Amino acid sequence: MDTLFQRGLDDIIKGVRHQQSSTESIFMSRVIEEIRREIKSTDLQTKSTALQKLTYLNSIHFIDMSWASFHAIECISSPAFSHKKIGYLAISQSFSESTPVILLISNQLRKDLKSGNEFEVSLALDCLSRIGTVDLCRDLASEVFILMSSSKVFIRKKAIGVVLRLFEKYPDAVRVCFKKLVESLEGSDSPIVSAVVGVFCELSAKDPRSYLPLAPEFYRILVDSKNNWVLIKVLKIFVKLAPLEPRLAKRLVEPICDHMRKTGAKSLVFECIRTVVTSFTEYESAMKLAAEKIREFLMEDDPNLKYLGLHAISIMAPKHLWAVLENKDVVIQSLSDEDPNIKLESLRLVMAMASESNLMETCRVLVNYALKSDPDFCNEILGSILSTCCQNVYEVIIDFDWYVSLLGEMSRIPNCKKGEEIENQLIDIGMRVKDVRPELVRIARDLLIDPALLGNPFLHRLLSAAAWVCGEYVEFSRNPVELMEALLQPRTSLLPSSIRTVYMQSAFKILIFCIHSYFLQKEDMTSEVSDLASKRECSESSDLATGKALVQSDQDEGFNPRESNQSYEYPFSCRYWGWTEANLDREEVIASRVVEWVHDGFSEELGPVSVTAQDRVPIPDELVLKENLTDLEAICGGVELPAPGSFSLTSPYYGESAVFSVSNLQDEEDSEPSTESTSLLTEHRKRHELYYLPSEKNKIPANDYPPANDPSSSINTNDATEDLVKLADQSLVSKRKPNHAKPRPVVVKLEEGEAAPVVSKKPELKDDLLSGAIHDILLGNEAKAASSQSNPSDKSSSKRKGKAKHVDLLDSKENLAVGEQPNHENPSSRRSKHRGDGKQKSKKSKGKKNGDGRER
Amino acid sequence: MTVEKQQELIRSVFGVLCSRAEKVSNFMEVDSIFGPDSRLVYKHYATLYFIFVFDSSENELAMLDLIQVFVETLDKCFRNVCELDIVFNYNKLHSILDEIISGGQVLETSSTEIMRAVEEISKSESASNSISLVPKTVSGWRSR
Repeated sequence: MDTLFQRGLDDIIKGVRHQQSSTESIFMSRVIEEIRREIKSTDLQTKSTALQKLTYLNSIHFIDMSWASFHAIECISSPAFSHKKIGYLAISQSFSESTPVILLISNQLRKDLKSGNEFEVSLALDCLSRIGTVDLCRDLASEVFILMSSSKVFIRKKAIGVVLRLFEKYPDAVRVCFKKLVESLEGSDSPIVSAVVGVFCELSAKDPRSYLPLAPEFYRILVDSKNNWVLIKVLKIFVKLAPLEPRLAKRLVEPICDHMRKTGAKSLVFECIRTVVTSFTEYESAMKLAAEKIREFLMEDDPNLKYLGLHAISIMAPKHLWAVLENKDVVIQSLSDEDPNIKLESLRLVMAMASESNLMETCRVLVNYALKSDPDFCNEILGSILSTCCQNVYEVIIDFDWYVSLLGEMSRIPNCKKGEEIENQLIDIGMRVKDVRPELVRIARDLLIDPALLGNPFLHRLLSAAAWVCGEYVEFSRNPVELMEALLQPRTSLLPSSIRTVYMQSAFKILIFCIHSYFLQKEDMTSEVSDLASKRECSESSDLATGKALVQSDQDEGFNPRESNQSYEYPFSCRYWGWTEANLDREEVIASRVVEWVHDGFSEELGPVSVTAQDRVPIPDELVLKENLTDLEAICGGVELPAPGSFSLTSPYYGESAVFSVSNLQDEEDSEPSTESTSLLTEHRKRHELYYLPSEKNKIPANDYPPANDPSSSINTNDATEDLVKLADQSLVSKRKPNHAKPRPVVVKLEEGEAAPVVSKKPELKDDLLSGAIHDILLGNEAKAASSQSNPSDKSSSKRKGKAKHVDLLDSKENLAVGEQPNHENPSSRRSKHRGDGKQKSKKSKGKKNGDGRER
Repeated sequence: MTVEKQQELIRSVFGVLCSRAEKVSNFMEVDSIFGPDSRLVYKHYATLYFIFVFDSSENELAMLDLIQVFVETLDKCFRNVCELDIVFNYNKLHSILDEIISGGQVLETSSTEIMRAVEEISKSESASNSISLVPKTVSGWRSR
């Protein structure tokens, strides 16, 4: 193809813009075809134009260009500047550690770094800074070092920009370049200083301690400089350094406050504020000045400044609540601002201000806001209320009745998505705070009765909590029959089966309670209980009897879909209902004993189990725990059992003391092949085919609240201990709060098990090398001994041995120039000898930098 | 970074920004997109959004200023810059940007300085282009 007719980049762009969306892909593939052809040309002009087009397509239209890497290398070897530029851009965009040909550019980079044309140098430096790999950095560190002393500011500046990447990839470069870097800190306002403090800012973010010796330099810059960028960076460095050295902080306070007062630049003021509130919190006057300035920010109309002001206050908030309270009016007003950032910040601040005394009012105000806000913010508000209130085992709450009713109210807010959190809290409070249980049951009843809630998927988990609460604490309810009806209403078919499981368990518990009371009444006929009451009980239980019948008939009719994927629990409870019903009339004595016995089982209170409880149970000697239950397959055959033995009606698993390790349970069941239950099951299954799951994996969703006294329910052996709470084996510590008008109910704090062992983070090897190297340079011999001990990495120890052993100590803190550098084991040492301020650049001896015989 | 990942990042940023109202603050936390401790600042000029992503080593308001510097430089470079200028001058755009930020560091914040450098670069480019054009036309002419 005649190159004179090659389409340039402009043509491509125009072409793309003129395409319809349908023809675009055809056009693109044509263009790419063209490019592939042209790029193979030997003529560099053609090649580079093609490469330019490809780069454009890659960055704007996401066309892959990794196949063109070699062509890019050819382009940069062209003598023409424009080709070089195109080539370098392509390389910066597309090369990465994994590009196979990346090593080939090393030589070209070196040539360009040595070039007389400053722009060629800058191209190479830019490229290196973006894609420098370990090898490239190692090879080119010396060139960069030379450039750092170039006569042109332009180049020096860029060389400093590259240094960061060098240090990151090849820490040994520190030995070469660091001093030069430090020297460049001289002067206060040149662009060089600006670049250097930028580099130090990044470096000190990772490892502040190494740069502490440079503090005097930074201090000088802080005081002298007039350039805002430089000042901002220096402040950021000091934020990291100040905590390490209290004397430093003392000296810094004055200049920083000075800047805050005098400067006109908002960015600098903000940075000063941020520095003060982060690191200088003990200095009252500085904090007060910062608070003043923050107030100015808050009064501005500019949303950016407002947001930043609120942000600064929220940094102050934990320890300096006075600042927040001072600005309370602005904060509350900002809750209704249209800017989401501002709203979030002010929400956080409002919650920070919440304390015992104003909690109720605060929550009331917030819930009102939530009702008026958009869904996201509404959920943010609810989330923050929930998390603040549950902190520290509900520290801030005095009146639990109020809180529980607030939870109920929150669940009814239309946009509420916090069902899970509310669920957790309901159960948690129910378990910990005995006195609130009646109220809790009342709230739960309200939730269960309302059929509208059943349709809201976010609230399903909440409803399961409500059901559990009702079942567990049924003795506090005023009208169990109502609860029963609520639990059994037809609309519950909308709930997922895991929730329905809980419903059924609760229904069962309520049933037992009622029947038990009925029998009690019957036994105490002669007692003082009024006839009305006894009649009520009797009628209740007979209602229940008919209720059961209703349930059963319902089940036969329209509930087939329900049955087809409901839990194993059903056949079991069905049995009991059937049995109890049958026996009510005839063998009441037996029935009453059964009921009594179940009821006793239910009345025992179970607390949650810590995650590590399982591990604490000593394994008896003869017992061999198998890792997985593959043996089970053999035993159970094709029948899917949720847990072996759950259907056996033998009593050992009930009524026994609750201190029963789950694993023991499982293993006992394992060890007897439970053929008895298998056959029972198959028989039952044949009879009630319809109501069983199809023979596929029975997924048992994990419940994370106590299915009280049903140790066989939902056991998935692997997560039994984690997901299910079963046994109380902790000591209960009660917590009391003194002196309140209404005595605060006792909140039970359960002792936590041991925390999971914390894996200590191993520091990055590279960072170690870097800080080690910097230590060596700055602090000399003494520090070297210390650092090589403290530094766990052994890889570099051989290097340390070889390295300069007698670096002279710094004469004074001001003068960081180091004295003579002795020879290393390596004769071709690159070290230049500095005296004084190192202004004698001409005296440098340029040694050859090679691998230096050092192992990495 | 693969092209797919790049595309995904850009899409998520777009998703985050297109729902922003007009007079709100220009910052966003983008931890979910770019990792921890990252924020972005954006400025909306007519149909264009300029977005800078940065971390805690940069001051927010300074970043806002930087966008301003960038746009001013574009203006000086293209004389009343408009969207088409940016679309058709991909290379020049990169030249300018490379002068401001190199290796992730802000190197130059004065738009005069940046302009000076960019002009020199353009001069070198066109100089080298004209040199290479001559042999090409000659050989093209000769081959006929």
